[in-house]
Amino acid sequence: MAGEPILSVRDVNKTFGGVKALTEVSFNLMPGNILGVIGPNGSGKTTLVNVITGFVKADSGQVLYKGKDLVGTAPHKIADRGLTRTFQVMRPYYSLPAYKNLIVPLFSPRARRTGGWRGGGRMGSRDTVAVDILEEIGFERESYVPYKTASSLPTGYLKRLELARCLALRPEIIICDEVFSGLSMSEMASMVPLMEKLQMEGITLIMVEHRLRELFRLANRVMVLNFGAKIAEGVPVEVMADKQVKEAYFGSEEVFSYV
Amino acid sequence: MDILIYGVINSATLALMALGFTLVYGVSRLPNFAHGALYVLAGYICWLLLNRLGLPYILAIALALGLVAVVGGAMYQLILVRIRGMSISEIIASYAIGLAILEGLRWGGLKGGTFTLPAFLEGSVDIAGVSVDFQRILVVVLGALLVGLLYFFVNHTRLGLALKGMAQDERAALTLGIDSDRMAVASMALGSLSAAVAALILLPLGSIVVEAGYHVLIMAVAVCIVGGLGSWTGAILAAFVIGFAQILTTAYLGAHFQVVVAILAIILTLILRPSGLFGKQKELEERV
Amino acid sequence: MAKAHESRRKERLDRGVKVRSDGVYAVASWREMAFLLGPRLLLIAGLMVMPLVLWPAPYWQKVLTIICIYSLLAIGFDFLAHYVGLVSLGGALYIGVGAYISALLNTEMGLPLWATIPLATVLGGMVCTVLLWPCLPLRGVYFAIVSLMFPLLAARLIEAFDIFGGTDGIMGLDGFPNKWSEMYVLIICLLLALFALRRLVNEDVGLVFRGVKDNDQSVKASGIDITRYKALGVFIASSLGCLGGACLAHIYMWAGISQFALDFSIIPIAATVVGGGGTLAGPVIGCLILVPISELLRDFGTLRIAVYALILMAFIVFKSEGLMSYGARKYNQFEHWVEI
Repeated sequence: MAGEPILSVRDVNKTFGGVKALTEVSFNLMPGNILGVIGPNGSGKTTLVNVITGFVKADSGQVLYKGKDLVGTAPHKIADRGLTRTFQVMRPYYSLPAYKNLIVPLFSPRARRTGGWRGGGRMGSRDTVAVDILEEIGFERESYVPYKTASSLPTGYLKRLELARCLALRPEIIICDEVFSGLSMSEMASMVPLMEKLQMEGITLIMVEHRLRELFRLANRVMVLNFGAKIAEGVPVEVMADKQVKEAYFGSEEVFSYV
Repeated sequence: MDILIYGVINSATLALMALGFTLVYGVSRLPNFAHGALYVLAGYICWLLLNRLGLPYILAIALALGLVAVVGGAMYQLILVRIRGMSISEIIASYAIGLAILEGLRWGGLKGGTFTLPAFLEGSVDIAGVSVDFQRILVVVLGALLVGLLYFFVNHTRLGLALKGMAQDERAALTLGIDSDRMAVASMALGSLSAAVAALILLPLGSIVVEAGYHVLIMAVAVCIVGGLGSWTGAILAAFVIGFAQILTTAYLGAHFQVVVAILAIILTLILRPSGLFGKQKELEERV
Repeated sequence: MAKAHESRRKERLDRGVKVRSDGVYAVASWREMAFLLGPRLLLIAGLMVMPLVLWPAPYWQKVLTIICIYSLLAIGFDFLAHYVGLVSLGGALYIGVGAYISALLNTEMGLPLWATIPLATVLGGMVCTVLLWPCLPLRGVYFAIVSLMFPLLAARLIEAFDIFGGTDGIMGLDGFPNKWSEMYVLIICLLLALFALRRLVNEDVGLVFRGVKDNDQSVKASGIDITRYKALGVFIASSLGCLGGACLAHIYMWAGISQFALDFSIIPIAATVVGGGGTLAGPVIGCLILVPISELLRDFGTLRIAVYALILMAFIVFKSEGLMSYGARKYNQFEHWVEI
């Protein structure tokens, strides 16, 4: 592939009290691509997300974003530079209505600098912009859903709200930590085109997932983690065929027929 | 030399004051801000039994210990259990109870230096040229004994093991048939008991005053935070750190600075290492 | 008999006021405006008239000024605890810092009262924010414990180093020209602070504050420096406290260690709990109830501390929503008959 990678992770290590959460993890991410990260429970996927976004400091190694090392940078500064994330356990502002949840990112320095969303204007009412983003992400505009408090929304909407929070920043990379988990089949089905749309708009995505079927449809490349180490990386077909991956992750061949 | 000896004594004093606090926090995650009040209450009850009812000293001590343990347990069972888990409410409510007890006692006439308990043993002894009275030696000995007993209790008795289990993982303990509310009451009673023990050992060295309640609370909080909340070994080590720091500042700067040292220790620890010097918890900020 | 009932039904008074979403009001008639404005006007008018009502009782006029000072502190506490998520148990720090700064400005530099109070408000807010800055990353219990220690430390330091007049304090401050200015300055400041804060928490900045309280990780992930916002919150709350402290110093014409005393830390918390946390007006109501009780019990010495400690405990355990939330709920549930 031509061009410079937008994000390049090099030899990242992280231990938690003797447990190796990440060992020598490296990968490159090209602009506009979708990278899928899979692995069994406890294989260090979420730790990787935390390391990249600055919520956890790597013991050693580099996270190069547009050529600059992010290790040791505060999470809010990383987000300010356009690298955002969703949380596996959803973290909305429960006491606020859904659209007011987006006021917080829209009020951030980055969003104010870049001028809001879609010509929402620098000083255009943030409430309108927020409702626009929610509509974009699949909230029905005319209904009362965007005005309900976040605590009363079902999981599907909360996942979307997480994504919307990232989008409000007009990011360059979004790292999605298990956006598909906990969704019903139909909710998932509507989520896939959404991700495709984001990719078409030029946003680079890292998707940490358990749902292989949807992920393999979306991802340009897939990386497999096991016990904190990278055991395979490549286009989905290659990874599916990899023997080591089958043994470590799937255990048997039969699961693959499902995929 | 006297710095060493008084340092040890002061450290043992602090450890005694802090034991009950760390015990309760360790088991039921309840910051018991009524700790100092229970301490003073124990002294006052003992004084009442001794001087008003004329009971023998041993009996008065035993009764006072029992009563304070009951008060502590009842406090949890009747009031604090309702706000279990809301840590800020727990702090405010237990502090309010402590205030009510202390200021109630002050209003009830606990003022001035007239309330004293007799020492267990009179006289003093020379250790390496420093005169130390027996009661202070007793503080060290009994302090060590109490730590030993509690250690034995927690690790080798059914109730103690249940408490330990609850401290480590409350839900897992629940599934194993441990009643967490009852255990919390037990830990609170036990914590109050050790506050009372500390009071009855330490108070003969001075007089029973309301201010001691606040003082003990600050010291207990200081020791527990410096040592890492809920950590036993941490608390004992921290007692020595703060104890010696206090003796050193008293020797070189003046007695005014005793409390300043403790408060500064709290603030600095929380800023630099919130999990405490010896705490095993992950750094608080990192909890995602 | 049934006829009359068929054409009428009971309806909640706020039915027309509240649309489906909370907080979005569609006001359609004078009656509904009166419904909304009534309680607000009652508070404003009540506070403005109070000094005149208390004309024959100068002692209670003094109590009213004290109520205002505690209220300033209490709405600061409420704002910080329920909208920023920092529970600061050491309100006495703000009062003390404000009092000492205005005292120093007044006696050392000879600035007049109308300059020292605003200066003490702003400078004091800055001083408190700088002092608490290192503690801002701490959460919940830990922040509460540290903030509780600060006023104690300040008092001990002043005592130990014998600075700022040591245990005697600083005497000889200018007093207010007369008691009316004293009362009305405080009442107006209180009302302004109250309505400004209520406004603030619903502005976009206020939403960021609430975001920090609900979920600081998420705010971080949104590219916002939470420490700065927490500091701003502390600045706002401590400025209010310092304003109260500065006024207090000028009322008593004295600043001393006792302004770091426990009372200033406990009463605002008790008032907030009694009045209802998160309502901002609740703490004012709490102060209007608690401070007079405390004054009535002054003859009984420290019993008053025991009494309001018990009130505090009872409310936090048995009625944690507080009077204001309770009252607001009942007020909104008033029903009336309407023709259909």
